[in-house]
Amino acid sequence: MGKLLRFLKGYEKESVFGPLFKLLEATLELFVPLIVASLIDVGIANRDLGYITKMFILLIVLGIVGLAFSLTAQFFAAKAAVGFVKKIKHALFKHMEELSYAEIDQLGTSAMVNRMTSDMNQVQSGMNMSLRLLLRSPFVVMGAFIMAWTIDGQAAKVFGLTILGLTVIVYGIMLVTIPLYRKVQQKLDGVLAATRENLVGVRVIRAFGLEQAEKEEFSDKHGELTGSQKFVGSISALMNPLTYIVINLGVAVLIWQGAIQVEYGILTQGAVVALYNYMAQILEELIKLANMIVLLTKMVASGNRIQNVLEMESSQTFPKETDTKGCKDMPHIVFENVSLKYGGAGEESLSNLNFGIRKGQVVGVIGGTGSGKTSLINMIPRFYDATYGKVYVDGIDVKKYKKEDIRGKVGIVPQKAVLFKGTIRDNICWGNPEACEEDIWKALRIAQAEEVVQSKEGKLDFMIAQNGRNLSGGQRQRLTIARALVRKPEILILDDSSSALDYATDANLRKALQEMEETPTIFIVSQRTVSIQHADIILVLDDGEIVGMGTHEELLKFCEIYQEIYASQFKKEV
Amino acid sequence: MSDKKRKQKEILFKVWGYIKKYRMLVVLSIAFAGIVVALTLYLPILIGKAIDYIIEPGRVDFMVIRGILMKSVVIAIITAVLQWIMNTINNKITYQVIADIRKDAFERLQILPLKYMDGHPVGDVVSRVIADADQFADGLLMGFSQLFTGVVTIVGTLLFMLSIHPGIALVVVCLTPLSLLVANYIAKNTFSLFKEQSVTRGEQTAYIDEMIGNQKIVQAFSREDIAMEVFDECNERLEKCSLKAIFFSSLTNPCTRFINSLVYAGVALSGAIVAINSGGITIGGLSCFLSYAKQYTKPFNEISSVITELQNAIACAGRIFELMEETPQVPETENAYVLEEAEGNIQFEDVSFSYVPEQKLIRNLNLTVEPGQKIAIVGPTGCGKTTLINLLMRFYDVTKGSIKVDGMDIREITRGSLRKNYGMVLQETWLKEGTVFENIAMGKPDATLEEVMEAAKGAHAHSFIKRLPNGYNTYLTEDGGSLSQGQKQLICIARIMLVLPPMLILDEATSSIDTRTEMKIQEAFGKLMKGRVSFIVAHRLSTIRDADVILVMKDGDIIEQGNHEALLSKKGFYYNLYYSQ
Repeated sequence: MGKLLRFLKGYEKESVFGPLFKLLEATLELFVPLIVASLIDVGIANRDLGYITKMFILLIVLGIVGLAFSLTAQFFAAKAAVGFVKKIKHALFKHMEELSYAEIDQLGTSAMVNRMTSDMNQVQSGMNMSLRLLLRSPFVVMGAFIMAWTIDGQAAKVFGLTILGLTVIVYGIMLVTIPLYRKVQQKLDGVLAATRENLVGVRVIRAFGLEQAEKEEFSDKHGELTGSQKFVGSISALMNPLTYIVINLGVAVLIWQGAIQVEYGILTQGAVVALYNYMAQILEELIKLANMIVLLTKMVASGNRIQNVLEMESSQTFPKETDTKGCKDMPHIVFENVSLKYGGAGEESLSNLNFGIRKGQVVGVIGGTGSGKTSLINMIPRFYDATYGKVYVDGIDVKKYKKEDIRGKVGIVPQKAVLFKGTIRDNICWGNPEACEEDIWKALRIAQAEEVVQSKEGKLDFMIAQNGRNLSGGQRQRLTIARALVRKPEILILDDSSSALDYATDANLRKALQEMEETPTIFIVSQRTVSIQHADIILVLDDGEIVGMGTHEELLKFCEIYQEIYASQFKKEV
Repeated sequence: MSDKKRKQKEILFKVWGYIKKYRMLVVLSIAFAGIVVALTLYLPILIGKAIDYIIEPGRVDFMVIRGILMKSVVIAIITAVLQWIMNTINNKITYQVIADIRKDAFERLQILPLKYMDGHPVGDVVSRVIADADQFADGLLMGFSQLFTGVVTIVGTLLFMLSIHPGIALVVVCLTPLSLLVANYIAKNTFSLFKEQSVTRGEQTAYIDEMIGNQKIVQAFSREDIAMEVFDECNERLEKCSLKAIFFSSLTNPCTRFINSLVYAGVALSGAIVAINSGGITIGGLSCFLSYAKQYTKPFNEISSVITELQNAIACAGRIFELMEETPQVPETENAYVLEEAEGNIQFEDVSFSYVPEQKLIRNLNLTVEPGQKIAIVGPTGCGKTTLINLLMRFYDVTKGSIKVDGMDIREITRGSLRKNYGMVLQETWLKEGTVFENIAMGKPDATLEEVMEAAKGAHAHSFIKRLPNGYNTYLTEDGGSLSQGQKQLICIARIMLVLPPMLILDEATSSIDTRTEMKIQEAFGKLMKGRVSFIVAHRLSTIRDADVILVMKDGDIIEQGNHEALLSKKGFYYNLYYSQ
């Protein structure tokens, strides 16, 4: 969290003035009991109405000046907190965009979204409150203590002990309850998970007639939760009663001592009233401080999480300019002894891949789940760096390309068909911001999406909802294919992209791709042999290794795994 | 407006239904709250009295002061104890009511029709049962207790002040409404600012969700700079409206405090004047008055926030009650038949079905299935293959016509016994948090380990289960934890192997499973199907050519029906499907 404070730069003035004005206001408040004391001791004792009026006006003036100070403080605090968070948000968003796929995997997208949203809100309100109150409460407590001291040294001792006692109670209870509350939260999460599980599995539960058992289990789980809640509740319920006792004990001792001091002529009656008032102020501030600490711990936790992401360094660096010196006679794409091991993984996901693909070839990639198909194609646009070996595109090591250049060569259609809020046109233009109307329609036609767009109201201007909710899976998939095509990529990668298409559409798509004017090199990743059997070359992956390479006919003859896959899909025909 | 109020009233009435059970505790809590407030208010009076005996040197009455101070300490302790008991009672009521409501909600979930589950996102229902219940109980019960103590404090303080000096009390009474007015004014004027803030924030969150959530795609298409630009623009806007909203709303506290200090000064002035002129108030009395003046205004400031909290709580309660009042599935008739072991004659008689009235899906379906037959359901994705499963299992009731098992309308059979006669393996596997053993024994909780192992062997699951860290006792977290999709599917099949019901519904796995596991699953399916009626939702036509009846579905309706050869010779939809594969 501490390191985040650098984002306050540019708001130095605000972050100093906020607390400063707050302290000024608090100082004014500390004078109130003194004024009341002299109002009693001088004004009432001497029956001096003029003096009393003067003191009254002084109180009002203090109030007005206090108001002005505190408004100023609120403004500066709000400005600093909001600006602070705006800057962190900008920095974090930028940072996240620079992270490579490896770090994105490590963090997980939902965690990334949480860092940007709920953690940021937590930091903002925490910062705002800190600037306003963090200094104020200890200041008032100390101030009251010092004021008491100036009135009477004896009384200061009582204050000291009372403050000590209150601090011990407040922090002692917090120390005990915070871990207990964490446990309660865990149990609540458990109850939540049980509810979720029940809803997700409703069909199976009902199929087995397990409703009654589920009810009992839920009731047990919730009983435990309620038990812990009551327990920790009864402990934290001690806070107010205990502080109340301590403060009143303090008051009793204070009055008793005051009585003695007055008897000896050391103190006046008004001074005793003033001491009493200071005691009340202390109690009030301590309670505020305790609430503040809770908020603060939350903010620090959020802040640390944000800082951790900011400190995460991208494992990839890209050169500023593409190094055009390359080997001209290499095939279009070459994998040379490529191995890939993901961070944190025990085994290699790709081991020692060697192959070359010529320009314009159609490449099929097939293999079981977890065999490394997606890992393989992710190496081409340099989404991940090879642990060993090299990947060349156009004879140049992919690591020597400028980021935009290597990504620009590739049009990728990921497994999950993701579209964004905006018109169909906007979404297609992700692939190529300069695409003209004609380009777009051409891409749509090849992607078998023309019909989809024609059927929508507004055609290209049809608004797609967030995450493409208002389109079916197949429609989304076709649009993502068009998005990749409109780039006119040199390399087109379809990562199992026809899974949501029915067989006929899938076949038409493959046909249209082959009929394109400037045929790109195409990678088709699939689990179905039908989708790739016409490819110029098929790579068969098993457990990260290439176990077969060749055409459909060759593989059927020589590759055992390919035969197996084929057989499982066309059992009776072999 | 009045409609809204009536609704709120209704909800409160239902809430009372839950609290009623604990009404003794509620009464106790209220009584204690009253006593605690009264004692809390009484203490300053005692202290004030003590101060009155400390006048000047030689005029200090130690005996009396000691008595008063002892009394004050005793009272403080009594107050504290009562306060603790009251807090504990409130906790008990709160947590118990939450537990009761959640339990009822959960039980209602068990009898709601599948239509409800399918029509409401899981997250929404979960948040009703969990978050809303929490907010409601916290807000409502805490709100009420705060409101109650607040009101008692105001009334009590007022009475005490009147008893000390009515004139000065009048000063306080006249000035305090000012603070309410100010707070109200600020709240009203900041509302629109807050709304603007939350709209902008929502917009930003949605954008973050899209761009950060799909960061890989953003990078693949080199959209980083554009995304940053859009984000910055939104971020700037949010900064501006956030600053306004936060600043203006943070005015409330300083402003009300200012009014309070006016009240305080007013009391000091009028008290002093009274003391000089008539001596109607002592110094102790004045000091006590001053501390009241501070206390008195506080509940006023709190009440407005308590009321917003209460309204929020009622809204939350409304959402839970909405769930609990959903119409449950049609209850079973009293003399519903308990189906023991079905033979497997299934008849669809003129069945029509639709999820929504205006869109007819299945129309006049007639189908007779004899024991041991294999029925395949095929069609493109999203054609409604699961609809048929929903009808067979009676997750949904037919709109017209009837489905009969062994000659009996399934609506006359108990749901439990009907469903027990089906073994269902869905493509979307579902495992419960628990051990592998528990998951396999789901249909037969008293099964022995041998039986479970036997079933697992039959499903080709034994070999991988054996290799798990704790074998059959390996604990699986939500949704199967680290098991692969194929392994999860095998466990689901083992589950059915163990109970071996006479009729089967098998949903073939899609492409997300590797071919070897796939073959094992096919084999396991084959074993299961021997001699049983089976319905297979097929994705690969090659596996179902030997089916007795193939139902071809499109857009929710069954458009062709027959065996493989008959359908091919028809040269219809099935023919096209088959040859495109």
